[in-house]
Amino acid sequence: MAHGIDRKTLDAYWKKNIKLTTFTLIIWVVVTYVAAFFAPQLNRIVIFGFPFGYYMAAQGSLIIFVWLIFNYAFKMNKYDKKFGVEEEEEK
Amino acid sequence: MAKEKGSFIDNLGKIYLAYTGVFILFVVGLGIGEKLGMSNKMIGYMFMFCTIGIYALIGVMSRTSKVSEYYVAGRQVPAFFNGMATGSDWMSAASFISMAGALYGLGYDGLAYIMGWTGGYVLLAVFLGPYLRKFGQYTIPDFLGARYGGNIPRTIGIICAITASFTYLIAQVTGVGIIMSRFLAIDFSIGVFVGLGGILVCSMLGGMKAVTWTQVAQYIILIVAYLVPVTVMSYKHTGVPVSQIMYGQALQKIDAKEKAINLDAKELEVREAFKKQASDVDADLKGLPGSLDQKKADLQSKLAALPTDAPAADKEKITKAIAALPKTAEEAKEKWTVAKTAATAKTKAIKPYTEPFARMDMKNMLALTFCLMVGTAGLPHILMRYYTVPSVREARISVGWSLFFIFLLYFTAPAYAAFARYEILTNVVGQPFSALPAWVASWGKVGLFTVKDMNADGILQFAEITLNTDFIVLATPEIAGLPYVISGLVAAGGLAAALSTADGLLLTISNALSHDLYYKMVNPSASILRRLTISRILLVVVALIAAYVATYRLTIIVELVAWAFSLAAAGFFPALVMGIWDKRANKTGCIAGMLVGFGSCLYYMIGSRFFGVDWWGIKTISSGLFGIPLGFIIIWVVSRLTTPPPKEIQEFIDNVRIPKGSGAAVHE
Repeated sequence: MAHGIDRKTLDAYWKKNIKLTTFTLIIWVVVTYVAAFFAPQLNRIVIFGFPFGYYMAAQGSLIIFVWLIFNYAFKMNKYDKKFGVEEEEEK
Repeated sequence: MAKEKGSFIDNLGKIYLAYTGVFILFVVGLGIGEKLGMSNKMIGYMFMFCTIGIYALIGVMSRTSKVSEYYVAGRQVPAFFNGMATGSDWMSAASFISMAGALYGLGYDGLAYIMGWTGGYVLLAVFLGPYLRKFGQYTIPDFLGARYGGNIPRTIGIICAITASFTYLIAQVTGVGIIMSRFLAIDFSIGVFVGLGGILVCSMLGGMKAVTWTQVAQYIILIVAYLVPVTVMSYKHTGVPVSQIMYGQALQKIDAKEKAINLDAKELEVREAFKKQASDVDADLKGLPGSLDQKKADLQSKLAALPTDAPAADKEKITKAIAALPKTAEEAKEKWTVAKTAATAKTKAIKPYTEPFARMDMKNMLALTFCLMVGTAGLPHILMRYYTVPSVREARISVGWSLFFIFLLYFTAPAYAAFARYEILTNVVGQPFSALPAWVASWGKVGLFTVKDMNADGILQFAEITLNTDFIVLATPEIAGLPYVISGLVAAGGLAAALSTADGLLLTISNALSHDLYYKMVNPSASILRRLTISRILLVVVALIAAYVATYRLTIIVELVAWAFSLAAAGFFPALVMGIWDKRANKTGCIAGMLVGFGSCLYYMIGSRFFGVDWWGIKTISSGLFGIPLGFIIIWVVSRLTTPPPKEIQEFIDNVRIPKGSGAAVHE
């Protein structure tokens, strides 16, 4: 086994990862493809001068992408510790 | 030595802060110089040579003869700075100069570029980045070689990496040439070679280490250069210097203006004139090759009919017109088809700027977004950057910083486009030709903004304007009424964007050849000195080939960039992702999947661009659409029909999936 970690822990850690990855990808699909698909309808809502469908593609989705990646990184770094698979502090 | 290095890494924040300060003082100093009478040409030279000088200096200071520093910057680049370096590695001449212009022309549909070139980082963050860091070797073909075993996956990896990177590299080198020639008024090819000199000093001496620290410096210049003009523009129009929020107001005004223009009787006249032009060209096209001969004969008889005392200028005009005619019927067909499409586009009413799928259908817009996203996550020069961080933890965070720094520019590009469109609709359209702003003439001269009075009424109508996509970013400083020094700053920013991407690409190509092909396959016992020397020589050779190809001024630059993404998406992405996520994926599956993915993409690219192949109406820029799913399916199916990978590979995958033990991966 990899670095003395038992199979059960490995699988549990990987399951957590898959769950978080799935969540991240669902949001990713919704803010890009689903939002673009409904853009003509969303454009009827106008906020601060921006038609909402346009705004989602131009800026809204980007803000969510940045959040998604940081969210993934922080959560995964926490899971590492929880399951004892974090890298050793060598430097 | 090691201690000294540590102190450099510890002080990165201070060093780059001081650098930014000095750069701003430099710009202010040139601004004062301009007030005191410094010429525009001088300012241009100062910007080009001082910035290239800095990049070269960083290269010299970071020179190295250690393998891990040369290939992966010693794996000590902190997440934040790796993010900045990735940002400029990523943002090319196309992002910096052309993207805002594409948005101006394509409205909502152009946002495919915005979403595509950012959303891909989500895929990179969850599917690849951290795992590649854990794997911890030097190149992307390295991963394929280790995971699937044997030289064939590695070789296909080398071919994919070189094809995608070289296609992209040509576009960057062309960008360097255009910027240098436009701002220094020197010959295009000289511009290309001067720029390349700067790239080579940097990457040759210090490899990835030098490229990393240069890219951070280039990021700072490019982001300052991008934000300044549009911020002033926003302040000028709305009184608030936050363009990213304030352009909503411009969008509303654009919509009102466009509606008014669509009802304008003069615009209808112009559209009729273009309709006639389109049908004339169409008749010529149908009459080929006779119509071409006819045109030539007409001009020649006109020339012969000139009285002997006719002014020389008349004669010259006709001679030039003859010379400008297409040489062959094929050339005529290509040229006239382009002219017909351009004229036809101008016969239609303007569709609202923010209306979705008005200029590209939904299918193609979503397909392009998808190909750009997956390509982003598959381009080797970007993936390689995540080898340079100290740990898996940092790799994850670093993807976030990368996207954040890219986001700063992409988030602003729609504002650029909207303010420029607003300015053109209000202050240019509807003006008499004699009273157009001064910049119309100066950008007309270089062919980026052309106007033609189609209905001869002396007033400029919207349909009479033709502009190049590079126009928006390059001309905004002038439109906003800023001094020339800001135009110079923008040029320096564009140059930084093109050079930083070119650096990363060159390194990817030469590493694929020197490390993967030579060291791993041809001569595994080669000494470090020999490996590095070969790599440095290859850098120069590849750079020269790219420069040589760029001097041909290919007309398909836009397609080249999009193709690079599709190739990376269809060639690499499935094999890399399956390598980590599917334990059952094996060597045969990988080979079949990569060949089919890459091959089908290449087939559709060439076929749809040159030979009229058409699957489901997808345009050539989204060629990867079919190869990506095909690659995944074939790897999955073929792997399950053949023997499972050996036990060591199963353990290898378990090992890559957890961060523990990353420090032990490489010691050299």
